[in-house]
Amino acid sequence: MPNTRIKVPATAKAGEAVPIRAIIQHPMENGYRVTSQGSPVPVDIVTDFVCTYDGNEVFRVKLEPGISANPYFEFYLTATKSGPVEFWWRDQHGEETTASAHLEVT
Amino acid sequence: MRLFAPLIAIAAAFGAATVLGETTPPAAISGYDFLTPENQALQDDEFANPGMLWVETGARLWGESCASCHAEGSMAGVAARYPQWDERLGRVINLEQRINNERQTRLGLEPLVYESEELLGLTAFISNQSRGMPIDVKIDGPAAGSFARGRDFFYARRGQLNLSCANCHEQHVGDHLRAETISQGQTNGFPIYRALWQEMGSTHRMFAWCNVAVRAEPYELGSQEYVDLELFQRWRSTGLTIETPAIRR
Repeated sequence: MPNTRIKVPATAKAGEAVPIRAIIQHPMENGYRVTSQGSPVPVDIVTDFVCTYDGNEVFRVKLEPGISANPYFEFYLTATKSGPVEFWWRDQHGEETTASAHLEVT
Repeated sequence: MRLFAPLIAIAAAFGAATVLGETTPPAAISGYDFLTPENQALQDDEFANPGMLWVETGARLWGESCASCHAEGSMAGVAARYPQWDERLGRVINLEQRINNERQTRLGLEPLVYESEELLGLTAFISNQSRGMPIDVKIDGPAAGSFARGRDFFYARRGQLNLSCANCHEQHVGDHLRAETISQGQTNGFPIYRALWQEMGSTHRMFAWCNVAVRAEPYELGSQEYVDLELFQRWRSTGLTIETPAIRR
């Protein structure tokens, strides 16, 4: 499973917009490169990234080959109630990677 | 590779002046100061800095083996002293070789392949613990020979473009190769996350890359030639602090 790093604040006030950050280690081969011997390097990318908050989808990205290596996303989430913030990635081979954190709303 | 055309022009422009090694390093400027504000911000951001992914890989590997002897955080300051003379091996070795040597002699493990994710990770993890600490390598005593060879390497012209490291990184610092600003080629941030590579790379990978850029045959990663050069380069960085994992272009 590739390395991931996520950042979710431990606590937030109800109604507060909190920054969420997630990064996954991935080469994101775009398929246009060739090796030093001239043979093409096949496409190898992460295709989907989804974030759910308390079971509801709040962020979804469909990734394309033009995105650079180690895709990093930062977005804001309005804190409503305490619950898990879960992250899910899937690469083109179907391999899934997950990470999660708990957001405590006060 | 796109550096070739301007390099040819520069090669022709350089005179044949011989540059001798100096006894004290010139004022060192970190590669950080040659970065755009965006890349500086990326390096400073402990979360978004992609090099931290390798630091985490290193931390995991550390926990699997090294931690059975070494206490957590005990590597602070270590990277700032490497490359270093090793009495038992009778030569100067760099941090990567120290890690592999420890794995072999103390743990009976296979050495990690140079430039593998594992070795880059461990090197980055250990170097990261020295972040902010001043570089302090020993170039006298038994290391003097290695240092002299490294200095000679730095000032020797090589490759079809007939350029020495010093031609660019000493005599043309701040000038441009197309859109690239020539830096001093300091190594205080290694292993670095290089935007061109989109991954982590060691000092020796950078040396090899530079050698190929002047159309010279690169040495093997981990070769004594590069370790000697690394020692000289670290000494050149005297006055700078460790920045691992640094972002570079």
